Amino acid sequence: MSTPVSTPVTTARRRRAARKAILGLLGVLGFLATWQLIPMMGIIDERFLPSATTTLARLGELVLDLEFWRNVRRTLTYWALGLAIAVVLATALGTIVGLVPFLRRATHTSVEFLRPIPSVALIPLVILIFGIRTPAALVIIVYASFWQLFIQVLYGVGDVDAVARDTAKSFRLPRSHRLRYLILPTALPYFMTGVRLAAAVALILAVTAEMTIGVPGLGNVINLARNAGDSPTLYAVVVVTGLLGLVINLVFRAVERRVLGWHQSVRGEVAL
Amino acid sequence: MSTPADTMKSGPRGRSRGTRTVIAVLYAVAVPVVLIVAWLIWAGVSPQIFFPSPIAIAEAFVNTWLGPSLTNDVIPSLARLGVAIVLAITIGIAAGTVIGLTPWLRELLEPVLEFFRAIPPPVLIPVFTLLMGITTSMKLAVIVAGAFWPVLLNTIDGVRSTDSVMTETAQSFRLTRAERLRYLVLPSAAPRIMTGVRQTLSIALIMMVISEMFNTSSGLGYRIVYFQRNYLIAEMWSGIVLLGLVGVFLAAVFTFVERRVLRWYHGIKETERA
Repeated sequence: MSTPVSTPVTTARRRRAARKAILGLLGVLGFLATWQLIPMMGIIDERFLPSATTTLARLGELVLDLEFWRNVRRTLTYWALGLAIAVVLATALGTIVGLVPFLRRATHTSVEFLRPIPSVALIPLVILIFGIRTPAALVIIVYASFWQLFIQVLYGVGDVDAVARDTAKSFRLPRSHRLRYLILPTALPYFMTGVRLAAAVALILAVTAEMTIGVPGLGNVINLARNAGDSPTLYAVVVVTGLLGLVINLVFRAVERRVLGWHQSVRGEVAL
Repeated sequence: MSTPADTMKSGPRGRSRGTRTVIAVLYAVAVPVVLIVAWLIWAGVSPQIFFPSPIAIAEAFVNTWLGPSLTNDVIPSLARLGVAIVLAITIGIAAGTVIGLTPWLRELLEPVLEFFRAIPPPVLIPVFTLLMGITTSMKLAVIVAGAFWPVLLNTIDGVRSTDSVMTETAQSFRLTRAERLRYLVLPSAAPRIMTGVRQTLSIALIMMVISEMFNTSSGLGYRIVYFQRNYLIAEMWSGIVLLGLVGVFLAAVFTFVERRVLRWYHGIKETERA
């Protein structure tokens, strides 16, 4: 890429970016103001909807509390472990099933039946089998995020261009080369999309598992706050889970851009 | 996206249509049948407490869900789910179209929407319980509030990326706003919207189950937790199977509707590939 020169195009683009940032900031401020005004004007009782300042003040107190950070760590540990297991399983199985037409045909109905089963349906079962312990939460997280990635890998591996595949065959590329230079580049965008989706789903299920199974973490804090009628803490932790989700989304989108810098879908966006 | 299964259905050359159908059916049912038989044998050889035999589960299914529970738990739950899905999709498409077509509004709301989308939907349940009490409308609201984000954001994206040449053509032909919406904007956004709908369906189902696990005394989610707490293992399994069937049913309806709505789109994709 050439060095940026201050042409009219780039100034226009910069102005647009500035406008976007300012409007976005206004949007956030407007949202906070609305949140502040609704309980202040008595539309909803302060007990049920604490104002933005009350909630953020409580968030400020939480940030200074070590136990809060331990809970963040617990939630993120479930998330990371679950996601890692799901990624390994889904990549391995997805590649094998995707590359072997026989397996692909034979497993099609089973996959289509197992995939839509909501993982929360398994919560009672895992509680019985594992008790209120980490593996119970992990099973739920892995089950939900596995399918997101598995399907993507399956499609990705199957999407290899027919001409490219035949060319590779005629040139007698060994299997390892075909994997490295043909299948990997084709499947990579699918894989990255799958990982991004799986990461978001894994966080949802980590918090859900903490809420419904009762393993320690942010979801459990939400439960305790609700039972104690401590609505500022409840709202503060909800905000924290939203921020965690936001950071995870942004990070994975950035990684996707990085890894797929060479790919048409990303390059096209940059060139515009 | 065309499913790979479509292209795979054309079996090996030189075989009659009948043989091919038989082979396709064999492929479809072989693995599930083998799994169920293996489970049957396993349950017969060494009975497991937590994994009752499929026959016991099937019996429990009939006894549990086809009795009074059908009208007390299953139908109300599924009715809530259906209404919530319709509401979520309608609100998502309507709000998404408005936001997507108004650049300043989109830029104003983008960061806020990004944040709300990132909140794990189940944490909304305690919040809504606090705000609305435990009522049917709260259960509906919480499913809608958790599930409409994918449709909303995909509609915004889809509407926004309407082909500019087509927009200008529509303008020069003086298509009215309603006509442009009907014949240009919504169709061109449809593939994105359907992607959103697919995610919305699975989140809605999850939200329905979890919302019933808390502080209620009826509904599918409540029943399944009740069975677990009372160690009614086969009944609990039958509940899992029922939820699975609901999920499969939703997925099937989705595939059917998607084929219909996006027939033109799949057609274009096919020709591009050929």
